[in-house]
Amino acid sequence: MKDTTNSAPVIEAKGLNLVFQTADGPVQALKDVNLTINRGEFVSFIGPSGCGKTTFLRAIAALEHPTSGTLTVNGMTPDEARRKRAYGYVFQAAGLYPWRTIAGNIKLPLEIMGFDRAEQDRRVAQVLDLVELSGFGKKFPWQLSGGMQQRASIARALAFDADILLMDEPFGALDEIVRDRLNEETLKLWARTGKTIGFVTHSIPEAVYLSTKIVVMSPRPGRITDVIDSPLPKERPLEIRDSREFIEIAHRVREGLRAGHHEE
Amino acid sequence: MPVLTVLGLILVIWYAASVWMNSTWVYDQAERAGTMVSFAEMVPQTMTQERPLLPPPHQVGAELWEGLRLGSGYEVFLQSADQPILDRLQATLDHVFSKKGLVYHGYVTFKGTMMGFGLGILFGSLLAMAIVRFRVMDMSVMPWAIISQTIPIVALAPMIITVSSQMGLTDRDVPKAVISAYLSFFPVLVSMVKGLRSPDQMQLDLLKTYGAGEGAVFLKLRLPASMPYFFASLKVAVAASLVGTIVGELPTGAIEGLGARMLIGSQFGEPLIMWAALFAAAILAGLLIVAVGIVERLARKRMGVPA
Repeated sequence: MKDTTNSAPVIEAKGLNLVFQTADGPVQALKDVNLTINRGEFVSFIGPSGCGKTTFLRAIAALEHPTSGTLTVNGMTPDEARRKRAYGYVFQAAGLYPWRTIAGNIKLPLEIMGFDRAEQDRRVAQVLDLVELSGFGKKFPWQLSGGMQQRASIARALAFDADILLMDEPFGALDEIVRDRLNEETLKLWARTGKTIGFVTHSIPEAVYLSTKIVVMSPRPGRITDVIDSPLPKERPLEIRDSREFIEIAHRVREGLRAGHHEE
Repeated sequence: MPVLTVLGLILVIWYAASVWMNSTWVYDQAERAGTMVSFAEMVPQTMTQERPLLPPPHQVGAELWEGLRLGSGYEVFLQSADQPILDRLQATLDHVFSKKGLVYHGYVTFKGTMMGFGLGILFGSLLAMAIVRFRVMDMSVMPWAIISQTIPIVALAPMIITVSSQMGLTDRDVPKAVISAYLSFFPVLVSMVKGLRSPDQMQLDLLKTYGAGEGAVFLKLRLPASMPYFFASLKVAVAASLVGTIVGELPTGAIEGLGARMLIGSQFGEPLIMWAALFAAAILAGLLIVAVGIVERLARKRMGVPA
């Protein structure tokens, strides 16, 4: 089943529905979602709260289970993919353990997955370098700024070298200046590692700046209203955000969001 | 400074109260002797009674000092100047730890407290783990744990002692430790349950994405996350252990331990003995809490908490 060519679908959703049973009755979080994500793509999910973007990401990570339809990750079910360590997940809050050092936090998944000591140390050094935190391994989380903590949590997700990186509003709680820098670094990281990235965000500029593919979603029920393949080059300096192309894409995203809103 | 002010205030109130309470006896004596005492004559007489209703601080202090046998121990040390130093130390320690002294009784109580404390921690932690792990335990055991604390320990203590002697346990340490543990397991249990449940959903989801099993979740996340709660509960638990041990020493017919001293003091109408034992217990409690505080600080440092 597993196809290793460059354009093979890594994540494929067909007719996906997900209904939450709540005290107020069933809530349709995802309705008829069809989406294909290819290897090495950077895909952003954007939409207002309740549009199901986080739910979709969680479904890929097997943290939620679809009610109907099919969802495959690397050609497997999400549960199987998890067992094969197919993805690393970055949450909105860094969620580092305060009782562990930065290196200790990054080792957490490695310990659970049973890597040996030497390999743990090697990988910690490698991913710390990747997120530009070399030399901070012995520090405790409270000694780092919010941005650095989030970088450490990205390092933790990268430590076991999964092909897919799922990021759920990772920079949502950070100020704009730090956010710009981390966006730049995320792109660099993506270029260096060639991972497939799924990225949930509220911010239109962030989505346009980062993505090769932008998935616009709208709420009640959560569904995809537009999928935009970005014509921007892979190499993206921050200034690209003032270019005509960038503004056009941002405009189209905004239109998509507004259209989703009007249909209510 | 504020501490000293409060202390001074307490002393003043205490002195006033002992004058007032002990004056009855002075007036009584005077009436029987057919004499009159003025207020100025009465006051000094309230300070030096052999069996005062409320002994004034200096009498309690003197009794406590004598009971601790530190001053007289120092004298033993000085008097034996012609002997080798090890013998001198030995003689001094023998004197201080003599069965007549409060240090010895305090040590007996301390030993009971530690056994009960250890038992309480063990029992409380294990129960907490079971409660967090199994919903059935949560629903069945937790209410009983709470009910257990509403039963007055003074009522329960004699029963525990009777039962344990029925079971052929002649050793008094066992029922004492059980009573002590009965009081100290509860704060540990409540805090540990809270601590083990403190990780939020995001933390649990994170471990799920690593495919972590229940054992890993417990060892890597729940247990370390519960440690601050655990240490906070230790201070309460150690104090409860001490109270439990002292209560356990009251009806055991024990002749050793601070609780036994208190009982002897009250039964034989020797308030000074009782008060000295009371203060010895307070000192012991203070030392225990300081010790737990030090352990907690060391643990916090290891777990990377900012100083």
